[in-house]
Amino acid sequence: MSNSEQVSSPLLRVQELRTWFHTFGGLVKAVDGVSFDLAPGEIMGLVGESGGGKSMIGFSIMGLIDPPGRIEGGRIEFDGRNLVSLSEDEMRGIRGKEIAMIFQDPMTALNPLYTIGNQIEETLALHTALSARERRAKAIEMLHRVGIPQPEQRLNHYPHQFSGGMRQRVVIAIAMIAKPRLLIADEPTTALDVTIQAQLLRLMRQQVVESGTSMILITHDLAAVSQMADTIVVLYCGRIVEKGPAEAIIARPRHPYTRGLIDSIPHETAETDGPKPRLSQIPGNVPDIRRLPPGCAFAPRCRFATEICRTTDPVLAEQPAGRSSHPHAVACHHPLAVSP
Amino acid sequence: MFGYTIKRLIQMVVVLWAVSVLVFVMMSFTGDPTFMMVPLDATDEQIAQARRILGLDESHLVQYWRFLSNIVQGDFGRSFVFRQPAMTLILERLPATLEIVFLAMVMALLVAIPLGVYAGANPKKPASRAVMAGSLVGISLPGFWLGMVLIFVVAVKLQWLPSSGRGPTTEWLGMRVSFTSWEGFRHLILPAITLSVGTLAILMRIIRAEMVEVMKQDYIKFARAKGATAKVILFKHGLKNALIPLVTVFGLMLGDLIAFATLTETIFAWPGIGKLLVDSIYRGDRPVIVVYLMFVALMFVVVNFIVDVCYALIDPRIKIK
Repeated sequence: MSNSEQVSSPLLRVQELRTWFHTFGGLVKAVDGVSFDLAPGEIMGLVGESGGGKSMIGFSIMGLIDPPGRIEGGRIEFDGRNLVSLSEDEMRGIRGKEIAMIFQDPMTALNPLYTIGNQIEETLALHTALSARERRAKAIEMLHRVGIPQPEQRLNHYPHQFSGGMRQRVVIAIAMIAKPRLLIADEPTTALDVTIQAQLLRLMRQQVVESGTSMILITHDLAAVSQMADTIVVLYCGRIVEKGPAEAIIARPRHPYTRGLIDSIPHETAETDGPKPRLSQIPGNVPDIRRLPPGCAFAPRCRFATEICRTTDPVLAEQPAGRSSHPHAVACHHPLAVSP
Repeated sequence: MFGYTIKRLIQMVVVLWAVSVLVFVMMSFTGDPTFMMVPLDATDEQIAQARRILGLDESHLVQYWRFLSNIVQGDFGRSFVFRQPAMTLILERLPATLEIVFLAMVMALLVAIPLGVYAGANPKKPASRAVMAGSLVGISLPGFWLGMVLIFVVAVKLQWLPSSGRGPTTEWLGMRVSFTSWEGFRHLILPAITLSVGTLAILMRIIRAEMVEVMKQDYIKFARAKGATAKVILFKHGLKNALIPLVTVFGLMLGDLIAFATLTETIFAWPGIGKLLVDSIYRGDRPVIVVYLMFVALMFVVVNFIVDVCYALIDPRIKIK
């Protein structure tokens, strides 16, 4: 944990970010007024169901929103610079060097026609003045660090000669080799075997902790986040419904949606006898983001919803329980009681 | 690789044999070349003598057998008209055709690749749409019409470039070539442009279609996330992934142009193999036609072989077996 660093100014400050997509079917407010801070070295979990706009926050920070998408408003302050106002060329200098990204599917993120050595070195070739020999040495070192055996030989192999887990290690190596200050991991283990997921999460955590890199872990897997993150931001339909320190959110969720996500994590129960408790689920589906209901977007699926929920947007408000510099905030008219 | 080459060689022999049969059969039913060679008032004895000299007095089977056994011994027959080995005739004319075809292909690639990559990477921009519309025109233009327009405008009206013939040639690697002198090169330009336009348009559309698909791939987005420049994204990560279909079509079109630059060569009075073929057909010069078609078949086999090797060079997942 990085409590000592949380008093320093944030590395990343996202304020009222709005990323909208102007599609034929209507306006999609994929990210609608999202604000959060990320301290140096902090690991933040960005959680929500599919289609909740999680990835679009990551791509907005990277400046990789393509038409019909557009950042309509807000600021993304990274180390004091507002990324939203930077030119494409300035942004290019930041991508890969200051802010790196890991994609969901390692089977498709690597170019099939180039050796992984070439693809690892490419980041260095783009952002540093290192010689080819130095780049190669660094690539070998990096592959070694992400746990790929015989890196000298593996450097000359092509992506199809690696397994999925190994490829994601390569992707991590590519992302980390230029020592970025922020790593955005977009569902980095979703496409992998369950047995490998924990390994890779541990590896990523180890990599960012060792280098003091901040990380945004985008996932729908709250269980993974609870083991990795310092803070958690829960997103629903493009808006933050709850954010705060990881322990607080896991132990005392205040938003019914967060509660629903936590309850749908399968638990390892000690008592093996007797019927296992039914896994709970959140009723209903994520609504069509082009036609959100008025009021709280979660109201149609929420068993606590009342009249006000269907008419008035809840405001993300700090909860009195918050003590640390990362207050626990929730956007709900009827936040759950603190006791579980 | 070695086994693959052997396999290809065997395949080549089979293809050549099949072509020789087809061509020989076709030739046998397309008139008697004797009447093309003897004077109009020739007597029956003279005609019979001519047939004997040409070897046409025997049965088709015997003729074919003699033809085949000669080929195996490296003798591809003599032109009825020139009394020279047919192979020599073709090889003499080949450099002229290769010259305009290679210039045409280079021009086509130089224009098609940048335009196709641009149009594929920005499919919605007006400039891309304009390029695509232009390529349709390029595909639709008949080569002979374009050639005549070029002759009329550039050669006759503007008098910038010569309209026909090969110009001065020099000896280069044992071949007579035009491109080594400025005057010779000027003669190359119009025929090469005529040949390249259709090819250019097709290659460009293929590159564009492939690039549109490739640019949607994750590895392109990942390359962008690395901070890659537009050049690296488009040409290193994009174009190379779009090359396989391009190489396929390029190979076919290269073979096609070498084999059948006939119309263009005729319009520009270009003394290449295409013109030789047309002239030989007029004269009923059977051995030349047969050897020509076999040469074309051989060339396609070789081009396909090279294309296969290119696949393996481009994509490490493809192994040639």
